[in-house]
Amino acid sequence: MTLTPEPPTSGVSEAGYTTGGSGVGVIDKEQLLSLRGIAKSFGPVQALKRVDLDVPPAQVTALIGDNGAGKSVLIKTISGIYPASAGQIFWKGREVHPHTPRDSSELGIATVYQDLALCDNLDIVQNMYLGREETRFTQLDEIKMELATKELLKDLAVSTVKSVRQLVGSLSGGQRQAIAVARAVMRDSELVIMDEPTAALGVSQTAQVLELVRTLASRGIAVILISHNLNDVFKVADRIAVMHLGTLVSHGPIANYDVASAVEMITTGASSRVPTNSPNGD
Amino acid sequence: MSTPLEASSSEQVDDVSSSVSLAKQIRRLWQGDTGLGPILIGLLVLIIYFEARTSVFLSAGNITNLFIQATIFILLGMAEIWLLLMGDIDLSIGYSAGIGGAVAVILTSTQHDWSWFIALPLGVLACVLISVVWGTIVIRLRLPSFIVTLAGQIGLLGVLLYLINSQGNTGGSLPVQEKVLYDLVNGDLSPVATWVVIVASVVLLGWIILRSDQRRRSAGLEAKPMWLSFAKVIALAAAGVLLAIIFNTNRSSFTFLNGMPFAIPIDLGVLAAGTFILTKTRAGRYIYAIGGNVEAARRAGINVNRYRLLAFVFSGFTTGIAGLLYVSRLNGISTGIEGGTYVLYAVAAGVIGGTSLFGGRGKMIHAVVGGLVIATIYNGMALINVSAAGLYMVTALVLLAAVVVDAIARRSNSSSTN
Repeated sequence: MTLTPEPPTSGVSEAGYTTGGSGVGVIDKEQLLSLRGIAKSFGPVQALKRVDLDVPPAQVTALIGDNGAGKSVLIKTISGIYPASAGQIFWKGREVHPHTPRDSSELGIATVYQDLALCDNLDIVQNMYLGREETRFTQLDEIKMELATKELLKDLAVSTVKSVRQLVGSLSGGQRQAIAVARAVMRDSELVIMDEPTAALGVSQTAQVLELVRTLASRGIAVILISHNLNDVFKVADRIAVMHLGTLVSHGPIANYDVASAVEMITTGASSRVPTNSPNGD
Repeated sequence: MSTPLEASSSEQVDDVSSSVSLAKQIRRLWQGDTGLGPILIGLLVLIIYFEARTSVFLSAGNITNLFIQATIFILLGMAEIWLLLMGDIDLSIGYSAGIGGAVAVILTSTQHDWSWFIALPLGVLACVLISVVWGTIVIRLRLPSFIVTLAGQIGLLGVLLYLINSQGNTGGSLPVQEKVLYDLVNGDLSPVATWVVIVASVVLLGWIILRSDQRRRSAGLEAKPMWLSFAKVIALAAAGVLLAIIFNTNRSSFTFLNGMPFAIPIDLGVLAAGTFILTKTRAGRYIYAIGGNVEAARRAGINVNRYRLLAFVFSGFTTGIAGLLYVSRLNGISTGIEGGTYVLYAVAAGVIGGTSLFGGRGKMIHAVVGGLVIATIYNGMALINVSAAGLYMVTALVLLAAVVVDAIARRSNSSSTN
């Protein structure tokens, strides 16, 4: 993880802007994460074009957009899976260069992908601590891990699992999502990115997951939530960011939007009612 | 889904024995923790059947013999379980064990006359190196272990023939000429030492069981009811005493022969070490994780390649021990070794015991139970004069039954817990 500024990658600036030129000056130190001019291309395909986004702490930012709008590429850039071709990422006002998932998780960014990355053959405690087990005289300290897991699940109001010694393979979709999120929280993450957490869930389980998202925000953790379901978005989000064909067309507080304008922007990239791409929307 | 976390846990901490019904406990014992219930009953049925057919079966001499027969299946089964847990397999361990044994036999022969405490570890080391080679190829080149070790099986047979024939005109077999190597299987502990080993094992295991329960309870966590743990310890002690009495009974009709064969404490030691690594250390946890979801393990920051290779090392080590016991039991090594058959029985032992072929699920004890089942069939069938044809067919049926029972148990398990 290098924190020293790197010269911006040249050769990707054909989009007609210079990377980082104006970005540094306008970074708001209050923001947890700020993206300036983030671009990403795969060969000739430009998946992201100069995205500027601010993610404030302790708020839920919903990232919405149609398939292929670039949502997934954007979060993969943040989480270090695809390093950006150009642009800058600021974490708490400092420029950072996450090149691997480990880089971003060391910063405090946790990404919960749709596949959740859980081991079905291990129980909840074992999954929660996978890769960072507590030990006592080189032996696994199961009791310490189990107590901490119970405590955390109680804190997050995840009350539906019978026993933390249940195998994860026996859990429902919503419970699995909750465990994956709880694991991210346990690792002292300050930003949790969730990719379509409710996509495969039923009504009551969706409600549980949304409640969990709100709980995270109330604990001071910022959440970026990718969702196709605008009902969910308007239930939990504090802010909305709309992507269209690789650009961020609009972002701001949820109060500036309604479902109709959001749909309009998702499909056409603009709305007659909402000012596009206002830095803070207010 | 319906019971809140706090409610269920505090209830069970406060009053474990009354809030959890006996039936529920039995069911849990059946499918959850050990999963050994069905196969132990199967073993019991086999024993009753063979004893009904011939009273020799449960004689002290035959039981001791059965344990020795089981040793090779048990050890090779444990070697295989290290890999099965990750969804890998090593088809070459039969011949690898043969090479390890051959190295020990050759080095301790009168011709070379190395000391046993150098030669025996070198035999084990040979097997570790072989496993490391397979592991490295499988991991670095991302090849299926099945194919790599299939090639290995053929290649190692060649190496073994070369080793044996390199010792001059031996007629295709080399005898064991070293007392310690010979005694690994053929030597016995004194009756007193037998008792010491058994009592020590029972006390240690009992202490571990009760102590871990006690720690959970004092931390305020849900623990198994006290009576269950005590029942386990008592059953263990009873089995221990029974075994000690059997081993200490004279089993020779013309001289006097008693005591526990050295092979048994060796089995126990390997079992204890393997179980410890798998359940109490990070390495073990990671091996299970890799078998369950390799991508999740990788994303959790686990160095997947390193732990896969480590499992190959453990597997090779266990294979080496098996090889030493193999040459000790046969009192030599010959070019006629059935390494290909042994490896299939090793996999069968693990699977019969309850280890999954697809990774992520299994325990070292499974090889012990599975190995005993296979040895029981072998031993019993021979006693009641069943032909080799019948023997193979029955073994196949038992293996098939084990897989079926396992699949059914797993299905009902995943649907009953929610």
